[in-house]
Amino acid sequence: MVMINLIVILLVGGLLAILSERISDTMPRKVAMAVVLVDVLYLLICLSGMPDIIHLQAPVANDPSSWLMHFKADWIPAFGISIELALDGISLLMVLLTLVLGAIAISASWTDIVARKGFFEANLLWSLAGVLGVFMSLDLMLFFLFWEVMLIPMYFMIAIWGHENRGYAAMKFFIFTQASGLLMLMSILALVAVNHGATGVWTFSYFDLLNTQMAEQTAHWIMLGFFIAFVVKLPGFPFHTWLPDAHTQAPTAGSVILAGILLKTGAYGLIRFAVPLFPEAALNFSYPAMWLGAAGVVYGAVLAFGQTDFKRLIAYSSVSHMGFVLLGIYAWNELALQGAVMQMVAHGFSTAALFMIAGSLQERLHTRDMREMSGLWQQMPRMGAVAMFFIVASLGLPGLGNFVAEFLVLLGLFQVNVLITVIAASGLITGAAYSLLLMQRSFHGKVNKKWADYGLSDFGPREMSTMAVMMIALILLGVYPQPVLDVAQPVLQSLLDLTTIPTLAVAEATP
Amino acid sequence: MNATMFSALAPILILSLTAIVLMIQASIKRDESVAWIITAVGFVLTLWGAIYARDYAQSVTILLQVDHWSLFFTSLIMIASLVTLVLSRDTFSPEGERKEEYYLLLVLSVLGAVVLIQSSHMVSLLLGMELMGVALYAMIAFPERGQLPLEGAIKYLVLSACASAMLLYGFALIYAATSELSYAGIGAKGAQAYGENPMLIMAGSAMVLAGIGFKLSVAPFHMWTPDVYEGAPTPVTGFLATVSKGAVFVALSRFYIDGALYQYNSLNTALVFLAIASMLVGNWLALRQENIKRLLAYSSIAHFGYLLVVLIALTYLDTGLVSQSITFYLAAYMVTTLAAFTVVSTVAGEDTAKQDISAFEGLFWHRPLEASALTVAMLSLAGIPLTAGFMAKFFVITVGIQSGLWGLLAALVIGSAVAIYYYLRVIFAMSKSTESTGESASHLEKLLALVLIAAILVLGSWPQPFIAYAGLL
Repeated sequence: MVMINLIVILLVGGLLAILSERISDTMPRKVAMAVVLVDVLYLLICLSGMPDIIHLQAPVANDPSSWLMHFKADWIPAFGISIELALDGISLLMVLLTLVLGAIAISASWTDIVARKGFFEANLLWSLAGVLGVFMSLDLMLFFLFWEVMLIPMYFMIAIWGHENRGYAAMKFFIFTQASGLLMLMSILALVAVNHGATGVWTFSYFDLLNTQMAEQTAHWIMLGFFIAFVVKLPGFPFHTWLPDAHTQAPTAGSVILAGILLKTGAYGLIRFAVPLFPEAALNFSYPAMWLGAAGVVYGAVLAFGQTDFKRLIAYSSVSHMGFVLLGIYAWNELALQGAVMQMVAHGFSTAALFMIAGSLQERLHTRDMREMSGLWQQMPRMGAVAMFFIVASLGLPGLGNFVAEFLVLLGLFQVNVLITVIAASGLITGAAYSLLLMQRSFHGKVNKKWADYGLSDFGPREMSTMAVMMIALILLGVYPQPVLDVAQPVLQSLLDLTTIPTLAVAEATP
Repeated sequence: MNATMFSALAPILILSLTAIVLMIQASIKRDESVAWIITAVGFVLTLWGAIYARDYAQSVTILLQVDHWSLFFTSLIMIASLVTLVLSRDTFSPEGERKEEYYLLLVLSVLGAVVLIQSSHMVSLLLGMELMGVALYAMIAFPERGQLPLEGAIKYLVLSACASAMLLYGFALIYAATSELSYAGIGAKGAQAYGENPMLIMAGSAMVLAGIGFKLSVAPFHMWTPDVYEGAPTPVTGFLATVSKGAVFVALSRFYIDGALYQYNSLNTALVFLAIASMLVGNWLALRQENIKRLLAYSSIAHFGYLLVVLIALTYLDTGLVSQSITFYLAAYMVTTLAAFTVVSTVAGEDTAKQDISAFEGLFWHRPLEASALTVAMLSLAGIPLTAGFMAKFFVITVGIQSGLWGLLAALVIGSAVAIYYYLRVIFAMSKSTESTGESASHLEKLLALVLIAAILVLGSWPQPFIAYAGLL
């Protein structure tokens, strides 16, 4: 019930936010913030009641009772569809990330949104609810439902409050994700039909479908459907083209949610569904997938280097960073998977912060063009320093979360394939190049006279405290990543046990 | 005929009675609002009749098959007709401001649709289709103003006549081969007749398919659809899209199932072609439409393409899941389409300029209820989860996968992906900021919009009761 309540609180909170606009203009954002904080507190209280939260046992992947939480109720029994939610270490990490970044997104929308505030905050809360559903659903139909429905509020956020080219961006975003979602729906139904053919039972439950026996060809095609849907969302090369538009045109809070949370649903889907449901097919496919990942790392970095739009640069850097996640997942050993999970969390914070900075710049300068920005540090020293921190975090400075993540991925990947590791590692160098370029162009250099009498205000207390949360998170992840690794480890171990084919054997078989 | 047969015929009898009462009323004193009330009462009674007749389900003579399935569709059609009736009250008035005949035509058309749904014989099929069609020609042309309604009506009349001729000739050929006119008879003797003279059966059933395909407006028999949709008064368009097409599809499925037409491979191949063509043509041409009624016309072409997948699957599956899918799909499609036309009718009325998508800009902010209804309808037509349209698509894909129709499913995915664009265009237009225009719908129409939103969402988010019910039909 706890998991349902988490979602319901956000849904009802959205309605409250709309209604609260009648009381006063500034009420919706306060209500939204309160709702998210209540949700976090509620989750923490429920977790603290669990004695074994500190030393998590390895859950048996196909035995729901060994998970942290599990809930199941009938929904459409005619097809064996149920409302089945469950929580293990990885979902827990993702849920916490979602809620924290949700609060940060609301903070980012504090002054950014001027029109129809109630409806905006409602959409924000509803998309958070959808994402929570994605991270917790273990009935494939329910998962698909949340997967699709979370896009609608996101669509509205881009289409209504976005920047100059919002219609195009929102449409592209929706079509890409919906079309790939349809492929996933076909795959889900095909998987269920195969299972129905073998056992005579209609079921959409993850736990029942885990050991579905099927022909190699069938498994390959069904796996591809899942893979494409998740890689579009991730986004992996060459399915990334929706991302720069959507991220650039979305309002700041929308970009924070998109980059910080929505992209992670793709990675989560790969770890939770695409590989475990079809271990053989997925691992046979690991080389193409890893090459796509490496291509994404390099391609994203090269394109990021060529951007003049502040937000677009960060968007392309996301493509590059998420390439590491794809690499980590398909290397499919413990180190690399740990790295992938770590990257999901660290990238969530660093990119969210960078998008917030971009949003603040746009709010003050009314442009995102870096050619117009120059020497902003002198006018806004606090913002400059904060930007410096997150830019070096994102390029992978040791001591911060992103470094740990990328290092782990490369370490794990090295055991599988040296060549791909070398190519991917070059992404770190190009990463440094475009990140520093971003810093240099916007904050360093001569002061652009255009802004001299603009009266640019530096970061205030609200912005600084929001940034501080993310800074502390990244430093903690960088110097003491053990808690996160501990939470994820048992789950990853159980997933590795489930897919019995050793990755090394696959690596040896394919030169 | 015995007494229980009359009970089984309750919906048809009540509708006929309503028509007679309307004529008598018109001859005594012409009064539009009284005619409206008589029609409404007649429809509600028919709805009751459709439920009452469930206890007397049987085949009435050789012509009509009154069973739970047909009675379910009868009720569905009565609900759609009631919606049409509510919308018709205020939206348009012909020259001379007299509309009694319109209600009479509506009743006759509904009567035709009910006969069509319950038909189990080619004669009743033709009878129902013609009764429904002839009344519809007049309904399309009823406003008398402007050229569009007249153009639409004439187009529909001429092409319908061709289609009926094809249908009749097809019947004749099938009769020549099997010497049977009832579906069951054709089903029993068809295989043997096919062995003796395959060309006769093939040519006959292909012509029947073409005739019915025309009424369903599946590609390549779809040319008339956008013009008629645009020209007809909006409530009539809604009626045409739901009642007329729904009834024809039910008749087609009955003919297909009872007549065992699914056993002929070449006919199935033809159906596959029609389905794929409809999905691609419908979705593709909808992309360029500016008028929302034309857009919905092309969207309906695509939807009947999806629905044909279910009929094709009959070759591989037993009828249980197939008829359940048809039931669910048609119910979802009708409710969704009615919601869309309700909004178009209340917001745009009969003004062609107001039916442009650009005229819907800002609707979210000054008429939130109507905009929400249209949004939900569009999402449902696009097949987004939590809406009825999604569950309908779920059925189609499940049936398609179980029968291994991968080519059709690929067309469905491509078609649906294209379709998202034009459905979203409408939603995007509504979310733009514009000045308020300060119009408002009547309470009845607002209530209608609310009920239809609820119906779409309930069918999509909690379909179990309905699926269980459809499984029993």
